[in-house]
Amino acid sequence: MEVLKIATAGSVDDGKSTLIGRILYDTKSLTTDKLEAIEKTSKQKGYDYLDFSLATDGLVAEREQGITIDVAHIYFSTAKKSYIIADTPGHVEYTRNMVTGASTSQASVILIDARKGVIEQTNRHFFINNLLRIKDVVVTINKMDLVDYSEEVYNKIKADFTELMSKRDYQDQKITFIPVSALKGDNVVNRSNKMPWYTGQSLLEHLEALDKKDIFNVGTPRFPVQYVIRPKTEEFHDFRGYAGKVYGGNLSVGDDVVVLPSQTKSKIKDIYFFDEKYETASRRSSVTITLENDINVSRGDMIVKADDLPVIDKQFTANVCWMDSTQLTAGGKYVVQHGVNKVLAKVDKIHHKINPDYSGIEENVTGLNVNDIAQVTFKLNKPIFYDQFKNHRTNGSFILIDTQSNNTVGAGFIQ
Amino acid sequence: MNTMNKDTSHINSLENEAIYIMREVAAQFEKPVLLFSGGKDSITLVRLAVKAFYPAKIPFPLMHIDTGHNFPETIEFRDRLVKELGLELIVRNVQDSIDEGKVKEESGKYSSRNSLQTTTLLDAIEEFKFDACIGGARRDEEKARAKERIFSVRDDFGQWDEKNQRPELFDMLNGQIEHGQNVRVFPISNWTELDVWSYIEKEDIEIPSIYFAHKRKVFLRDGLIWSHSEFVYQEDDEEVLERMVRFRTVGDMSCTAAVFSEASDISSVVQEIRDSTISERGARIDDKRSEAAMEKRKQQGYF
Repeated sequence: MEVLKIATAGSVDDGKSTLIGRILYDTKSLTTDKLEAIEKTSKQKGYDYLDFSLATDGLVAEREQGITIDVAHIYFSTAKKSYIIADTPGHVEYTRNMVTGASTSQASVILIDARKGVIEQTNRHFFINNLLRIKDVVVTINKMDLVDYSEEVYNKIKADFTELMSKRDYQDQKITFIPVSALKGDNVVNRSNKMPWYTGQSLLEHLEALDKKDIFNVGTPRFPVQYVIRPKTEEFHDFRGYAGKVYGGNLSVGDDVVVLPSQTKSKIKDIYFFDEKYETASRRSSVTITLENDINVSRGDMIVKADDLPVIDKQFTANVCWMDSTQLTAGGKYVVQHGVNKVLAKVDKIHHKINPDYSGIEENVTGLNVNDIAQVTFKLNKPIFYDQFKNHRTNGSFILIDTQSNNTVGAGFIQ
Repeated sequence: MNTMNKDTSHINSLENEAIYIMREVAAQFEKPVLLFSGGKDSITLVRLAVKAFYPAKIPFPLMHIDTGHNFPETIEFRDRLVKELGLELIVRNVQDSIDEGKVKEESGKYSSRNSLQTTTLLDAIEEFKFDACIGGARRDEEKARAKERIFSVRDDFGQWDEKNQRPELFDMLNGQIEHGQNVRVFPISNWTELDVWSYIEKEDIEIPSIYFAHKRKVFLRDGLIWSHSEFVYQEDDEEVLERMVRFRTVGDMSCTAAVFSEASDISSVVQEIRDSTISERGARIDDKRSEAAMEKRKQQGYF
């Protein structure tokens, strides 16, 4: 069974929580006690239908205001796949949560209210999905029941969205349109008979059919060292293992490798997963590697194949999504966390702001405010080992940490 | 030699993620601790930690906040596990917090020591200057927990500011904190109850006997099955019955209800969970207090 992570994006009242509730209900993922709680609360509120949004909106403030204010994680599974939905809020001020939810997802669902069509928020949701290079995007046109299941309405929205697609940076992104009614259950899990003009799959059928090789980003192998394991026991007296997660591709015993930043050459001696040795470490596995030579390797170093080095540099330019209420300004100092490596960084230049609604760029920017996206050059106090984000999702991304508050204040995608 | 297929399989990808998180804790913090309750989730954490640091020992101690009202089977199990793995175990008792006058024992029909644990836990964190506490909470358990980060920062008072949480992007975990703050770490955030049980089955992990069907003296109240015990308040008209039951979650005896079950081994337990239409915390008496019971407890520093 595979696991698929999905991010959802939609504006207030587009019915995102209802859609998720509907998926849970129709896949029989809601347990009796949860269902009873939903029935009870729906009745108390005087609704004549089941308010599925109650299944996901977890915090008291959210239930009071009837909106989703933070990323919530929802789990369900079918016979074929195990799903994790990052339910992210759609308000303008919560762009950071959307970026966060999308960063760990392989597919995303953008919701559009059929009555409203493509609005400014839709541009933003699509922009972020494209910026984060999500491979599979499903444009879900909801509330079709309120527009008499009209094919015309659907076609108009599809045409408007297609125009938007011509502006995107990442052209290989696969986009699918599905007309649904989350409230009534049309084309969510089960196909609808109310829209004979639509012959495609239901939303869940589409997700079920996604092939892993089409949705996972594969690059070249990178092994950031997380932790050095030195048992110092009699049995493992000289054992020196480098613990970490393999990104991008596989590593095998006997591979010629280089340790960065020292550029020391070596060979992979053994690959351990717990107490068993393996010939190959597959991508995204958390293994422990030993090397042929006794060299000095510590946390933050990176083991890569000798014929496939990343960029080693003390500066880089990136698209930054700013997430904090304090401003980012030129000259500002931050900690860059690139994978498990941390370096001090100084903002060298803010080139321009990129309007996330596809309305162009703004030049002569002095500072970034929360939810701004901009192209920024950083200078570092020591080199990092990176790839371009478009070639390597993991080794091309970083977070910014405020040196005073210690908060995560931004995320970046290296160009 | 073995070939690895850890790329796509569901349970393996969750295991890889949890091992990664364990290693981040050991690398980023000076004094981490693993909060151990003797329940299946914390037993799973111990297994993941063993795997993360092999062939070295787990580089942090376990800590149990003991309400004094635990199932004796859990305590026996705890002590045996610690001995077998050669781990360090710290125990702090809610009874001591009561004796010192820091908390007051609840009384009456629904009295429980569950919420009193918070004070004992926060005192212990301060006593040992722990900067990271690893816990077995999962996002699928409860709706407030669905919002929880993997690295969740707590202030000087142990409180959770749910509206102002750090964003977590990609695999990157930011463990930078100020002196006095600490981080609660949840390596199995993305696991479901069924995932935990499947993992216990796959890894052949030993768990306390009360998770399997056994004969027990119980009584019924509010549609839940309560243990008949000196620690659990019982009305005179609440009749004691002897039934085959097991526990789906194991906490304090006063807050954990049983389920009727004939599942006496791990594969029948997994099957039972698969077929179940009641959520795990449906048998947690502490969550039934109000719709926002968990969120309120978490804000105050509950685990």
